Amino acid sequence: MKFKGTDTYVATEDLMIAVNAAMTLERPLLIKGEPGTGKTVLAQEVAKALGKKFIEWNIKSTTKAQQGLYEYDAVSRLRDSQLGDDKVHDISNYIRPGKMWEAFTADESPILLIDEIDKADIEFPNDLLQELDRMEFFVYETQQTIKAKHRPLVIITSNNEKELPDAFLRRCFFHYISFPDTETMEKIVDVHHPDAKRELVRDALKVFFDVRETPGLKKKPSTSELLDWLKLLMSEDLPEDVLRSKDPGKLIPPLHGALLKNEQDVHLFERLAFLSRREQR
Amino acid sequence: MFTKFFFTLKDASVPVTLREYLTLIEALKAGCAEYSVNDFYYLARATLVKDEKNLDKFDQVFGHCFNGIEFISDAAEVEIPEEWLKKLAELSLTDEEKAQVEAMGGWEKLMETLQERLKEQEKRHQGGNKWIGTAGKSPFGAYGYNPEGVRIGQKESRHRKAVKVWDKREYKNLDDSVELGTRNIKVAMKRLRQFAREGAAEELDLDDTIRSTARNAGFLDLKMRPERHNTVKVLILFDIGGSMDDHIKACEELFSAARTEFKHLEFYYFHNCVYEKLWKENSRRHTSFMPTWDVLHTYPADYKLILVGDATMSPYEIAYPGGSVEHWNEEAGQVWMERMLNIYHKAVWLNPVPEKYWDYTPSVQMIKQLMTDRMYPLTIGGLESAMKELSR
Repeated sequence: MKFKGTDTYVATEDLMIAVNAAMTLERPLLIKGEPGTGKTVLAQEVAKALGKKFIEWNIKSTTKAQQGLYEYDAVSRLRDSQLGDDKVHDISNYIRPGKMWEAFTADESPILLIDEIDKADIEFPNDLLQELDRMEFFVYETQQTIKAKHRPLVIITSNNEKELPDAFLRRCFFHYISFPDTETMEKIVDVHHPDAKRELVRDALKVFFDVRETPGLKKKPSTSELLDWLKLLMSEDLPEDVLRSKDPGKLIPPLHGALLKNEQDVHLFERLAFLSRREQR
Repeated sequence: MFTKFFFTLKDASVPVTLREYLTLIEALKAGCAEYSVNDFYYLARATLVKDEKNLDKFDQVFGHCFNGIEFISDAAEVEIPEEWLKKLAELSLTDEEKAQVEAMGGWEKLMETLQERLKEQEKRHQGGNKWIGTAGKSPFGAYGYNPEGVRIGQKESRHRKAVKVWDKREYKNLDDSVELGTRNIKVAMKRLRQFAREGAAEELDLDDTIRSTARNAGFLDLKMRPERHNTVKVLILFDIGGSMDDHIKACEELFSAARTEFKHLEFYYFHNCVYEKLWKENSRRHTSFMPTWDVLHTYPADYKLILVGDATMSPYEIAYPGGSVEHWNEEAGQVWMERMLNIYHKAVWLNPVPEKYWDYTPSVQMIKQLMTDRMYPLTIGGLESAMKELSR
């Protein structure tokens, strides 16, 4: 079974090849890219397209690799022992399986998303090397080995906040989601807002790419921000020609708050728009 | 099968290993790429490249190695929207640079040369060669308008299907050492992290709790410990004014990145070389300053010192008393530099001027010597080496 994108997700050719290769060889797939280009959504969509179970492990700065495997709840065992609970004699009552355990013991091969792996400590990926490679781990407390019944497809996303160790990278397939071009972007918008007016979309995309081309923006608007903005534009039901307006009083696009997220950028954009309008005259 | 390709990649310093090569072969055997060069390109990229900064190098090597395997009939033709180029370039040029452009014969002439160059490169390009500006030899790079910003060829070719995927070189601006964004700087600065547990005990130390509870014959004995923090201390000195004006943006980015990254960050300004005064607010530099001696006494030797400056000045400003362009300095800059370096053993100098120009300026050489070679260019690569040096 091959992944070919879904009716709510436009996958480029290179992305499909990367996903399918990772699936065929049962290796993890590492996804990087600008924020808002659909890294996290990819895993959900792959699961949806292939009809597989979706398990999500969100990483925070405090997450430890061990938590993905299992945790031994020593404190509640201690409490039980002091209260004289019978449960205390069986240590396995206090082993809490983590997301990877869940993925390994699933009845059919699931999709495991390890989201934003770069948020965690620098040693985090190293701690998972063996587990991801052999898809098994050892539970010390109960002396049992958890081995994957079916190797899950592991999709890992990273925002590049930390460099990942080479040993880890060597075991993965890698895909960088680059920013979509106009054509792909039209497809993406079409998939999300099929009822949008053609002209509105075309004008909005033009404005959007113009904004992205603005030199010196601190944060360029991304795909997800474009989709939000379009939703706003549609719900406002603006007059047809508002995006084409050459009126110097309306220099910046309406509802720009969805696209530009800090005041320096808005200010810069206003200034540049003013300059270019002045040139036109 | 693709051994030559593999070694060419290695030579082009794309970090590839045997394991990845074997994975590629395995994937090919499993039929992941269905005998089309494009699919093979995507597959090879997903297996062999693990960092977006290497994607561009990979594209170049791929184009070089597999050139001629698949010809696409209607060759790409690249148009440059002249108006657009001009506008964008003008936007980012300083007055001085504009004057240089005028000296070249004005915009028309420059655009003409650019067209010619582009055509010529387009021909060579099919032989596996590069776009304008990558090697930094083209005059269009030298005038300081960023080839990335202009994106000659790339921008247009995206809409033309005839261009081979790898020849588009879409990832050019992800190549390291060129673009220096705040985020990239932060990534580089992460190398400096030093974690230690300090301050109030707020976190439950489970291991210790269990151990002492056991020792306590089973009665709960909670143990707390402080959280881990980044304890690295950094003192940054920025050169400001004069020749540094060209580099303000790079310095601002460095500064804003450093500010959020370190808990103990102190910064001061200086002009050209360090003398007896440093200041925090450039507008009030003559009224509110801090004697360098006080700075040296305030911050202990465990601070790491980062000097940022182009080190471009008259050699007198370093070597002789009274050499400063701004005021009469009793002691030479050299003396002050040595004093600082004697206290702060972990020190680097970051230079926003590209490394290839360093040899032409005597003062850069002098500063470099004073720093015992610890001068790094203000690029991602340079910053990384600098941080490595500091954390040694």
